[in-house]
Amino acid sequence: MAEVKLVDIKKSYGAAAVIHDVNLAIADGEFVVFVGPSGCGKSTLLRIIAGLESVSGGEILIDGHSVTNVPASDRGLAMVFQSYALYPHMSVNKNMAFALENMGLGKGEIDQRVRRAAQMLRLTEYLDRKPKALSGGQRQRVAIGRAIVRDPKIFLFDEPLSNLDAELRVATRKELAALHAELGGTMIYVTHDQVEAMTLADRIVVLRAGRIEQIGTPLDLYNNPANLFVAGFIGSPRMNLFPGRVSAPGQIAVGAETRTILVPSAGAAPFGSEITLGSRPEHIDIVSEDQADLVITVDLVEQLGGETYLYGSAPSLPQVTVRQDGQALYARNERLGLHLKRDALHLFDADGQCVPSQ
Amino acid sequence: MNVASLLTARRSARRWHWTDVAAYAYLLLGVVLMFGPVLWLVLSSFKTQAGLLEFPPSLLPMAQKEVRVEGFPQPLQLFRVTMEDGSTRELAQVRRVGIQAQMVDPLNPSQQVRVPIDRRVPVRELSLATRNYTEPLERFAFTRFLGNSVFVTVVATLITLLINSMAAYALSIYEFKGKNAAMLVVIGTLMIPITIILVPVYLVVTTVGLVNSLWAVILPGAATPTGVFLLRQYMLTLPRDLIEAARMDKASEWQIYWRIVMPLTLPALAVLAIFSIMWRWNEFLWPLAVLTKTEVYTLQIGLNAFQGELQTQWHYLLAMTVVTLTPVAIVFVFLQRFITTGIANTGMK
Repeated sequence: MAEVKLVDIKKSYGAAAVIHDVNLAIADGEFVVFVGPSGCGKSTLLRIIAGLESVSGGEILIDGHSVTNVPASDRGLAMVFQSYALYPHMSVNKNMAFALENMGLGKGEIDQRVRRAAQMLRLTEYLDRKPKALSGGQRQRVAIGRAIVRDPKIFLFDEPLSNLDAELRVATRKELAALHAELGGTMIYVTHDQVEAMTLADRIVVLRAGRIEQIGTPLDLYNNPANLFVAGFIGSPRMNLFPGRVSAPGQIAVGAETRTILVPSAGAAPFGSEITLGSRPEHIDIVSEDQADLVITVDLVEQLGGETYLYGSAPSLPQVTVRQDGQALYARNERLGLHLKRDALHLFDADGQCVPSQ
Repeated sequence: MNVASLLTARRSARRWHWTDVAAYAYLLLGVVLMFGPVLWLVLSSFKTQAGLLEFPPSLLPMAQKEVRVEGFPQPLQLFRVTMEDGSTRELAQVRRVGIQAQMVDPLNPSQQVRVPIDRRVPVRELSLATRNYTEPLERFAFTRFLGNSVFVTVVATLITLLINSMAAYALSIYEFKGKNAAMLVVIGTLMIPITIILVPVYLVVTTVGLVNSLWAVILPGAATPTGVFLLRQYMLTLPRDLIEAARMDKASEWQIYWRIVMPLTLPALAVLAIFSIMWRWNEFLWPLAVLTKTEVYTLQIGLNAFQGELQTQWHYLLAMTVVTLTPVAIVFVFLQRFITTGIANTGMK
């Protein structure tokens, strides 16, 4: 059992506040990912949970006990660092055994645990090597091994994949998911990569400027972003966001051509107010110009084989991204009429908050 | 690359450029400046007392050849004499009277001749006066001085490394109010010369009852600001993640210090060890003040004993200086590898 609860966590360095009243409950066995742009406080929040940073206010509870003033070494957590932080003067074996020795375990027990972890992470033949003699992926696995030998209550990961190349990152991501399925511990994972967040998380916590923007399952965030920031952050390529104005109930005028888009409902947004229309690239159809909501000129076509991305521009609108299945053959400078699927539209009011569509 | 090709390396393989000549001339000057005095010292340490006072001085330890002649209890000095008929003979001098010398032929001791002293030249040969080394080692308590010096150097260096690294650890790893002020105070003590605090420290040492004990030499200088500064600067370059990883790994502060920080600070510790060994081995003023009994003399103080008020026994002094120099030179040769290797070994990518 390992539940984490953050209550009104605040953190400031001098006058600069970096974490504002964060409240969060993480259930036992859950894989939670903190995601956000750099400087949003996600790493700081993780380090606060780890005990490497003190809080300026609030309380941290693990399994119902307050650990706010408990030093890092006594919280029973294990952490994987972005830099791996392997002890350069110790062999892989020693690196993994170090924590166990500190816990006062017997030699046999230590050896057994290290062997088991090494086997799980395919490190058995590297046990006598120094970290210097390992590749990036191997070092990464040693860092994970150092965490799992301890059999901790909670695993903390601070951007563990950011130093790996793209291919290895995908492979290690899968291994981490498998590891979580096997070990079943509570895991808290920090990343700025929303793909990692989407693929690994049971729940994602989106942070911006020290505040939680939204908490939810990956699909929840994808389908129902609570605000403009989450809408723009989750999903790749990102959601198309068109600034517009409520021109009549159920009508939104977008762009300079003042084409009117009829939406099922503009919700509570009052007449004349500014509104932002969001539509994901896969929720846009290509239609003839007379039926189109807007007409774009194609700037760039990306053929990925299984899918095609079109990037186009329209007067006074930001760049529009359209996803087409298969290999859609369009040329640069071609004019295309676009239709936004009405049931998958997202509306955001002038404050950037989601406008419920009913 | 072997030594020969290293010593003849040139800009272009075919010919000598003037910069080659200039570079080698400059290097040669450096070699002479650095090694000249040491070589002079070593060669002179093998000269006899008379050889040292000779003018003009010779580079190699030459001594006048002496022969034993039948009928004379003392060995006689050998000269090459130009005879009146222009021939030269090797004769031994029995005695000298004014400008005349009474000589004898070693092969024919019964015949003695009188020779004007400007007609004779001493016969010299290479001779190593090893007695310069053996006599003080036997007659004086030189091995005892050596033992004292080794004890002071080793123990003081160990203590210095231990307590300086602890201070440096606190001043580099921990965050606390007044940390920089503490560091400034430590560095500030560099500006106080030992001559100023000699008397107060002596009074302290006397009160504690350490006079004429080797600990009086070891303890007062054990904490050096230079060492604290050197180690702190190095420890600051250690990745913070390592310390935090160790904290997460349930390591106590002592374990972080001893098992993580100390091994990674090894290059800086080696540098400090070399410094400390050289300081301690060569220390003179402070031991001279607190050590007054011969049995606790260190080498440097022992050497001073050869330098009397009226006369200096240069031959012993030079020989024992060589003995004193040797250990510290050896230490330097072996430890200096540590300065360069391992500096890149801070580990993380």
